[in-house]
Parts: sequence; structure tokens; C-alpha cells
Amino acid sequence: MSTDELFTNPYSPWMNGSGMDGDVVLSSRVRLARNFSDIPFPNRANLAQLSEVKAMMQEILPELEDITDKPYQCLPIDELTNLERKVLIEKHLISNNHIENPEHRALVVSDDRKVSIMINEEDHLRIQCMVSGLDLAVPLELASKIDDTIESKLDIAFNEKMGYLTSCPTNLGTGLRASVMVHLPGLVFTQQIGKIMNASPQLGLAVRGLYGEGTEVIGNIFQISNQLTLGFNEQEIMDNLTSAVLEIIMHERAARKALMTYSAERLSDQVWRAFGILKYARSVSANEALSLLSKVRLGIDTKMITEVAAKSFTELLVSSRTNYLKNLQENENLSQNEIDKERAKTIRETLEKFKVVRE
Amino acid sequence: MLCDDCKKNEACVHITQISSDGKVDRNLCEDCAQKYGKIVFNPDKSFSVNDFLTGMFNSGLKPQLEDTKDTAQDFVCPNCGMTYRDFTHTGKIGCSVCYTKFGKRLEPLLRRIHGSSTHNGKIPKRSGGQLEVKHQIKRLRETLQNHIANEEYEEAAKLRDQIKDLEKAFNEEEQQEKN
Repeated sequence: MSTDELFTNPYSPWMNGSGMDGDVVLSSRVRLARNFSDIPFPNRANLAQLSEVKAMMQEILPELEDITDKPYQCLPIDELTNLERKVLIEKHLISNNHIENPEHRALVVSDDRKVSIMINEEDHLRIQCMVSGLDLAVPLELASKIDDTIESKLDIAFNEKMGYLTSCPTNLGTGLRASVMVHLPGLVFTQQIGKIMNASPQLGLAVRGLYGEGTEVIGNIFQISNQLTLGFNEQEIMDNLTSAVLEIIMHERAARKALMTYSAERLSDQVWRAFGILKYARSVSANEALSLLSKVRLGIDTKMITEVAAKSFTELLVSSRTNYLKNLQENENLSQNEIDKERAKTIRETLEKFKVVRE
Repeated sequence: MLCDDCKKNEACVHITQISSDGKVDRNLCEDCAQKYGKIVFNPDKSFSVNDFLTGMFNSGLKPQLEDTKDTAQDFVCPNCGMTYRDFTHTGKIGCSVCYTKFGKRLEPLLRRIHGSSTHNGKIPKRSGGQLEVKHQIKRLRETLQNHIANEEYEEAAKLRDQIKDLEKAFNEEEQQEKN
């Protein structure tokens, strides 16, 4: 895929919904925080040191391509337009934090978009691997392979007692943050989500919104991730998160079943209303779009709507977002009204592909 | 001035609404104003994990630190120039050397965050040096103890030899590094 397509094609590897437990889990992601020894961490490094970090990574890219058998491209954040940067956030390839000071920040991204390495975010390197559905083992193995390759050539900051050293002490040790993105309309509609939110910290897990730390929950999409990184090994962290997510999946399915059994009519009304609005509306706001899309996806997952592909939901998670739309129009100054019209048009066009006929 | 809507609370927000009906001015209290749309009053919205860390530092840990005889001047990282005070303000560490420099002081904090201060996961192949061997020896010793407890002496003898070999290789490597 070319660089241009990165910004104009909504495709992301987590979209196809083919992975395990794809009816609830959208994607699984593993992130390793790594730093080079002796070079100050990005928040204290000067421009020359930041540029050195970037150069070191660029040098090792060919080797990474060999080992992982994928082509990569390196995008300097300061050479991207403001909109392009935000599209990368909407695609979950980089974080808000990464574009705050764009000088010498860069993104290394694989052709299949499964691997993204943020250079000079909070740590020198944030190696991220993402797959569709619930599967943490595959992305961990891939991230670990990339980590090993980098470590074989460059000195990584490591301490016998404290493990991998990171800018923030909350990432110390394994530097591993595993997170699973889940769609939980059942638990939200049956008002059980509060219980999950309350129980999670006790299990050492954090529950966050669509775009991670400090973001709001929209479209009933949650990110569940491990909080602790020190004292446990990688496998224990994975197992703990996976078993918690499996439990949540079970509750979500039970909630959906309960909705189907006890309020089938109401649920069906809500789903078809949402579908009707999305199919015909001329103006839709960002949050409205996501909450309606969530209902349509629930309709698809509960087999009420059989004609629409489930992945149109995940595709619209990117293609109906404000900055993605602005970037496609190549106009940063679109008014709210114009964006909402564009959004409605994009959604209509996506849903038009499917023939849905009902009495 | 009282809120135009509820007429109870003090108004603190002025809203000018321009629509097809012309211009409408309203003076509202915080609660009523929120009903009008996406106005965010919560100044803590940007509250981050680092604020939390600095908070933790500036509360419980301080007295403990003052007990130590080190003066503040001792706590400047020779590599990046970060002072211990900087850390208590930003909640972020400056570089890998800071961890060695401030290690002892960070330990209680790490135990508070993670419930542990000892890494138990992956070890880098190259910079980890002999650490993997050390861990391996430790694991084998534990298994050896188990075998002895179960009176499986043949197995135990095998392990003992294996540990001896590993230790020998380990010591030779150490010597080489010193030279």
C-alpha cells in the first residue's frame, strides 16, 4: 500500500472481523516500550539526540524487513499535514501524545499495517502489533521478534532488577501493554457495564475509551488493558488479560441473549431505526454515527440484519471520523455542518452496497 | 446575578446564541449551561497518570526521604542533568542512568504502583548479559530441591552436574569480562 493510501483508504488489519470471538472483540494489540541506553528519554532529549534515535531506527529497518518478511515505511511526523497526523490517530497507528511535539518524531509502519513503531513518543520506541479478534500471542511474538532484532544491534536500556527502563515508571519492567478493543452494546443496554468498570481495577486491568488513555467511550467500544508491567512475566500478563476478556465476552453474549429473549421487539425497533437513519440521513454528527453504528452492528451480530457485512461497521469506525473526512476533502476548515453532511454521505454509500429488503 | 433558567444558582456562564430567530443572550449557572451542549467545565480533564505520580511523591513518601542524609545536590543525573526534584514535578524519568542514580528512592514508588519492584519477564539477549544464565541456575536449583525432597536422587545428581557446568561457564565469562 502506498503512503497516500494510508490516509485515503480506511483499511486497518483489525477490520475484517475474522479473528477469534469477532462478534465482541474488534482487535488485540500488544505494545512494547523500549529505550536506548544512555540517550535521554524523548521528554529530556535535545533535537540532535532525537534525530540520532530516528537515524538508528532507519538504519535497522532493512533488517526488520528481512526478519519479519514485510516492507516498512518511515513517516516523519513533522513532514505530515496536521490532518494526516490526526488520521493516523483515528487509525490507531499513533497516539495523541506523539503529535504534540512533531520534531524528529516518526512512525514506522508495515505495509500490512499490523506493525507500527512510534519513534520518540514518550519512549524512544513503542513497538505496536495489532491483529483482528482476540489473540494476544501472535502480536506478542511478532513484537518480541522485532524487539530482539533491534536489541541485537543497538543497546537497549535494561536493568537487572527493574527490567526494561521507560520514561514513565508505570511502564517499567516488561514495558508491555496489551490491550483488547471490545464492542459491548449488550452490557451497556442492560446497564451492567458499570460492574465491569468497577471490577476491572481489582484485576489489575484498565478500561478506557476508543482512543486509549483519557478518551471518552463512544459507540459502546472499550479498550481493556493490563495496568501492571513489573513483577509479572509477559505470559502471566497475557493470560490474566485474556481470561478477563473471555469472562467479559461471556457476559456480553449473555446480555445480548437476554435482550433478544426479553425485549426482542424493542431491540429490533432500535436496530432498524438506527439502520434507517444511517441509510437515509443527510447529516450525522460523529458521536451520533458511532452510537447508531453500534446498534446496527448489534443487529448484524444477533442475525437481525443478515445482508450487511459486519466489517462495514469497523470500516466506518475509521471512514466516518471527522479528520479522515476532512483529509479526504483536503480541507481543514470544513464547518461542522459540512462534515456532518459528508459523514452522512459516506455512511449512505457504504450501506448502499447491501440490498436490505423488509416488509 | 442569578441563572436565567433555574433562577436559583449564581450565573457564571454567558451564552450568546445566534439562530434564524436572531440573537439570544443567556446568563446561566454551570448546571443549566451543561444542558445546552458540549461545554466542558471539568478543569481536571487533562489529569494524567503523571499528575498522579507526582501527587504520590509529594504526599506519603516525603518524610521518609528527608530521613536520608543525602542532600539534594547528590541527586542530579550525571547523564541527562535531571534532578530528583524534576521527577517529583513531572512524574517522568529523564534517562536510563537516572534509574541507577535514583534507584533506591524509586523503589517504594514502584512497589506502590506495581506491587513489586523486581522484574520477572523477558531479558534482552545481548545487554542482559549473563542474567539469563543466572536465572536459569536459580530455576534449576529450585527443581533440584524438589527432587531431593521427593528422594529422586538420580534426577537430583543430573541437575547438580548441570548446575555445576553452568556455574563454571558463568564464572569464566565473568572473568573474561573483567579482563
